[in-house]
Amino acid sequence: MAGDASKALSNDVLWGGGRSPFSISYGKMMMWFFLVSDALTFSGLLTAYGFVRHSTTEVWPIGEEVFRALPGLTGSYPLIYVALMTAILIFSSVTMVLAVEAGHRMDKKGVIKWLFLTVIGGAFFVGSQAWEWSHFIHGGGGYITTNAGEKFWVHNDTHDTHDPANAPGFHLVKADERHYLVPAEGAHHLDHDASLKLWNERANYVDGANMIHNEYGPPQYANFFFFITGFHGFHVFSGVVINLIVLIMVIQGVMHRRGHYEMVEKVGLYWHFVDLVWVFVFTFFYLL
Amino acid sequence: MLRDDIIEYSLDAHHSEEVGRKMRRKIWLVTLFLAVVTTVEVALGAYWKEWMPDSWNLVKWTFVVLTLVKATYIVMSFMHLGDERRNIRAIILLPYALFILYLVFIAIFESNYVHQIWVRFL
Repeated sequence: MAGDASKALSNDVLWGGGRSPFSISYGKMMMWFFLVSDALTFSGLLTAYGFVRHSTTEVWPIGEEVFRALPGLTGSYPLIYVALMTAILIFSSVTMVLAVEAGHRMDKKGVIKWLFLTVIGGAFFVGSQAWEWSHFIHGGGGYITTNAGEKFWVHNDTHDTHDPANAPGFHLVKADERHYLVPAEGAHHLDHDASLKLWNERANYVDGANMIHNEYGPPQYANFFFFITGFHGFHVFSGVVINLIVLIMVIQGVMHRRGHYEMVEKVGLYWHFVDLVWVFVFTFFYLL
Repeated sequence: MLRDDIIEYSLDAHHSEEVGRKMRRKIWLVTLFLAVVTTVEVALGAYWKEWMPDSWNLVKWTFVVLTLVKATYIVMSFMHLGDERRNIRAIILLPYALFILYLVFIAIFESNYVHQIWVRFL
């Protein structure tokens, strides 16, 4: 942040040479330039997602139908987990801005406290994303298609996807083609023999998600999920690592000897940017 | 190494305990605001369709607007861009906004066209 004094300078002085007309240090300016280029990358990815989703004629999955599980619980909690992840990331953004504020007062203890909490929040987010990926890849049982082109959801009590037909409670139910895991109107759960007959005559069994096909919808859906949240998750991961390095430097007193905590401010910019990107991913991938 | 021909702008960034207290108050207010907006978004996503099934387009635009509001607060307040000089603010925001508005416009326009082609020839 530029000091108040530098704001009062006239244009002649500002652009007259010998000082930065922007009243900003080299490092912070370059961080901003990097963030703009990174923002263009993420915008490109989200726009590409929008393009595919808008132009496709296939049924596109709905966020709150696909993402509605919580770890260790059964039942439907649409988007609650993603909202929790968002809350964690926004909270760690808050602790980061508090670390920057403490740095401005040369309050070393304050910087250490808030930066440490930021690292913890970031680590929690990366862990949450790992769980979500695992859940997304594993899926909710999958579906089969028959030679006649009909689609049936596959159910069993143990969520076995390797050999579902031999798992306890195995049965099929005719699928509503427009909604994930929703039975077709008036369809009832088929009994074991009827299910087994359809299973043995199946044309295709799709379970979970990979780069080729997924049980949620068109292949591009999972591909965009993996690429966008993966690219963002990698940003979070590298942000946690960089925050950790700066935290260690702060503890060792490097910043204090330097006379300012600008390094905290610079990694702070990166960290807020990661949060900012997630706000957009949350809206455009999960909500819309 | 200390050079007297380079102005250390980072040294301008110090502030007093009193200013700090005001800033922390603002930070927590912005936090509260962001939390409320996110809660509203999730509630809209989960329940609006049941209340008013025909107004999904309106919800979508509400989401987009709320997201932009959130982004503004993060960039201007948390990233302190609002406290920087006007010229650096313009250099960061204007080229980006210009390019992305064009990209979004062309993506919407073209995807509509591609969609019609799929419908006609598939």
